Amino acid sequence: MAIIEPGHAAKQLIYERIFRSATFTAAILVLLILGGVAASLLRGAWPALSHFGFAFVTREIWNPVTDQFGALAPIYGTVITSLIAMLLAVPAGFGIALFLTELCPPLLKRPIGVAVELLAAVPSIIFGIWGLFVLAPVLQRHVQPWLIGSLGNAPAIGRLFKGPPYGIGILTAGVVLAIMVLPFIAATMRDVFDTVPAMLKESGYGLGATTWEVIWNVVVPHSRVGIVGGVMLGLGRALGETMAVTFVIGNAHRISSSLLAPGTTISSAIANEFTEAVGDLYTSSLIALGLLLFLITFTVIALAQAKLRRLERRVGAAV
Amino acid sequence: MNRRMLRKFKNGAFLTLSLLATLTGLACLAALLWTLISRGLAGMSSRIFTQMTPPPGGQGGLLNALYGSGVMTLLGILIGSPIGVLAGTYLAEYGRSSRLSTAIRFINDVLLSAPSIIIGLFVYEVVVVRMGHFSAIAGALALAVLAIPVTLRTTEDMLNLVPIGMKDSSAALGAYPWRTILSVLYPAARSGIVTGLLLAIARISGETAPLLFTALNNQFWSNNLNAPMANLPVVIFQFALSPYKDWQDLAWAGALIITVTILLLSISARVLLALLQLQRGS
Repeated sequence: MAIIEPGHAAKQLIYERIFRSATFTAAILVLLILGGVAASLLRGAWPALSHFGFAFVTREIWNPVTDQFGALAPIYGTVITSLIAMLLAVPAGFGIALFLTELCPPLLKRPIGVAVELLAAVPSIIFGIWGLFVLAPVLQRHVQPWLIGSLGNAPAIGRLFKGPPYGIGILTAGVVLAIMVLPFIAATMRDVFDTVPAMLKESGYGLGATTWEVIWNVVVPHSRVGIVGGVMLGLGRALGETMAVTFVIGNAHRISSSLLAPGTTISSAIANEFTEAVGDLYTSSLIALGLLLFLITFTVIALAQAKLRRLERRVGAAV
Repeated sequence: MNRRMLRKFKNGAFLTLSLLATLTGLACLAALLWTLISRGLAGMSSRIFTQMTPPPGGQGGLLNALYGSGVMTLLGILIGSPIGVLAGTYLAEYGRSSRLSTAIRFINDVLLSAPSIIIGLFVYEVVVVRMGHFSAIAGALALAVLAIPVTLRTTEDMLNLVPIGMKDSSAALGAYPWRTILSVLYPAARSGIVTGLLLAIARISGETAPLLFTALNNQFWSNNLNAPMANLPVVIFQFALSPYKDWQDLAWAGALIITVTILLLSISARVLLALLQLQRGS
């Protein structure tokens, strides 16, 4: 290239191209990572999936000795523990968010809000060991016997609370998960509630509505999209959570009708067994579990993001 | 009159429930912190920082695990954060609202909340299987993948907060975008980007699941990046599940160290951000 200009401009252009392509490459890398995750999981899972076919997701058996693997028990455990976690954490998170936005004295608002946000950063392994050493014994000694005694003989739901109180198991894992996602759900919901324009709320109060009526008829409908998005993000976390569950789930590959019995989840099965797995089919089956988890969480997170984006656009349009 | 009473009652009932939910939630979390602090402090001793992880039942410290965690977290950030910052720069300054950028932003948000164990499996498949053995470098790569989405997100957000006038002034002086970004935007957004880095360090230094089958663990001091390396989270995992009292005590001490580190990182990130806002305001 002939240098007609005094060198400077041409050099600048070259630098610009270099810098721009560097940023572009980095951005594309993000796409490649997700593609790579999907591709590598699929490749790793292929031996198991081609060997067992669709039956892999419908069979409960998990026997490393005879090389028979099915994902039904881990899928069941993942779904049920997350469900329990959501049943406990969503109302509690809603309550905390409500308290923080509508009831809390202004002086306490920031400290409690910050504390909740900081707790969301505590690594999940901490919740796991706490669950194992503190929560499980408490549940075993005090809560589970009571559940067995009072609900164990109830019609329909009685089956859920039968059997000995092991301490560890599906229910305990669900409770630990609930405590873990609670700060996250509460913080997200509070942020969503904060997007409700003050004027809307004041209109409600002006019409003589009580605090609860304003919340239920103004705040909640206005922030519904965001609430659903936040809850689903929390669900995504609960579904994929590994360490908090692994400690207290009991790692039993079977589906029990009782919530008090030990079980397993996709992530805890992988964490417990992966480095000990011998044989290609065993390893491949565990990776296939990972692939299932990837598909499930990807769907949930993607839906949640779509919802939250809709909220952002609406808030953006209103401003 | 009756109706009014009912409404008042309903109001009171639900607000009490909300208060109860807050108290129960905070009580659970306080109980957790209390156990962590009391048992962690009980397990704390000078041995923790001077001795290696002990054999089963023996006494010892966490020195090799602390070192390994430090090395892998540092490497993870060194690899991950430049990618995150550059990609965030692309989204904020070059790509903006193109289709590709929207897709990348979406994928990044998905990666941000994707289960970390999946990332561990990914790195296992791509690195560990290829190399034929577990290694510290595989662990660092897994952490890097987790650090990218955090830094990308904050970098983009922070660059978008820089007043447009600064960008325009630079362009009016004839600067190319790269010059504007490096000399005007990055300095203006510096504390914001550093916040992102702190958050990323906080995020990856407590991660356990992705290290289980990438870096594995090592009972001894190791400087070899090509071999398994001890790290705090996996040591906590193994020791807490062991039947030995000494190991469990070490696990609690390690848990306290990790949590305090992460809380300090998150708090400094917040303070930085608050200072930034203060600056903006004035």
